[in-house]
Amino acid sequence: MDISSHALWSLVHGMGFGGLYLLACSGGLVELWRRFAPSSPAPVTARDERFVRIYFFLMAALAWLAVLTGAYMVYPWYRAIPPAGATSLSAFPQRLLLSNPSTAAWHSLGMEWKEHVAWLAPISTTMACAVLMRYGRGLRDHRHLRNAVLCFVVVAMMAAGIAGFFGAEIDDHAPIEGGKIIPIAHGG
Amino acid sequence: MDSRETRDFSPSPSLPSGYGAAALLSAGIGSFALAAIAIASDRNAGFRRLMTLYKPTGPLSGVTTAALLVWLIVWGVLHLRWRKRDVRLPLVSAAAIVLLIVAFLLMFPPIADLF
Repeated sequence: MDISSHALWSLVHGMGFGGLYLLACSGGLVELWRRFAPSSPAPVTARDERFVRIYFFLMAALAWLAVLTGAYMVYPWYRAIPPAGATSLSAFPQRLLLSNPSTAAWHSLGMEWKEHVAWLAPISTTMACAVLMRYGRGLRDHRHLRNAVLCFVVVAMMAAGIAGFFGAEIDDHAPIEGGKIIPIAHGG
Repeated sequence: MDSRETRDFSPSPSLPSGYGAAALLSAGIGSFALAAIAIASDRNAGFRRLMTLYKPTGPLSGVTTAALLVWLIVWGVLHLRWRKRDVRLPLVSAAAIVLLIVAFLLMFPPIADLF
């Protein structure tokens, strides 16, 4: 059993950074919704405040790691151009998808959408993190700001969900392969 | 009640809304800039070449870098102007959310292809 280094990085990008970000989004939304609601009866303690700040900082870091590894590591492998006379497109995922009308939309719709919309996640989450760092529990005093931050985090989660869905489907139809082969286990 | 509990539950003084408004509006403008620059890069071959800052990634490298620069510059300018002031948050947050939603829609390829 082995895995190629390109496939491993694709996994780290999608299931590692991207998947963790998506999971973290739901927790962040619940915290913002419940704890920071102006009408919430429970006070936000200094401990809660510190927790939410660290949580959103890690969320923003995950979002940046996901888009940066995606754009600068995995995407170049995805869009690699095959050399003239290449007989197999298996190492050139974009070309492989476009070579068949039944899979071309995974690139023309899926990748074209994913490669841009995913960047809404780090922008929105960094903004949310900055607001929480500055206002902390005082965010309760600014209802419009808290509601707007919530909207941005919801859209960021949707954007990451779209990117994650198309990433998984594209990898299913035209997997990223190549690079060094890393042995994982030997069969019995 | 011990001092830790008192400290934990003490209300914080209300901070001016300008800091948050600057962060919010700049995020909306940055998101919109990303969608607009992506469409421009898709439509114009010369602009697409200009946006290719890192060849393996192609125009995506320049599109995202340019949008991030717009976002950060706008954030810096708004921050300097608003950080110590209260601004009209309902108006600013509505504008930021509209910009974000328009950006989100413009990134959907069938809508982007209309331009």
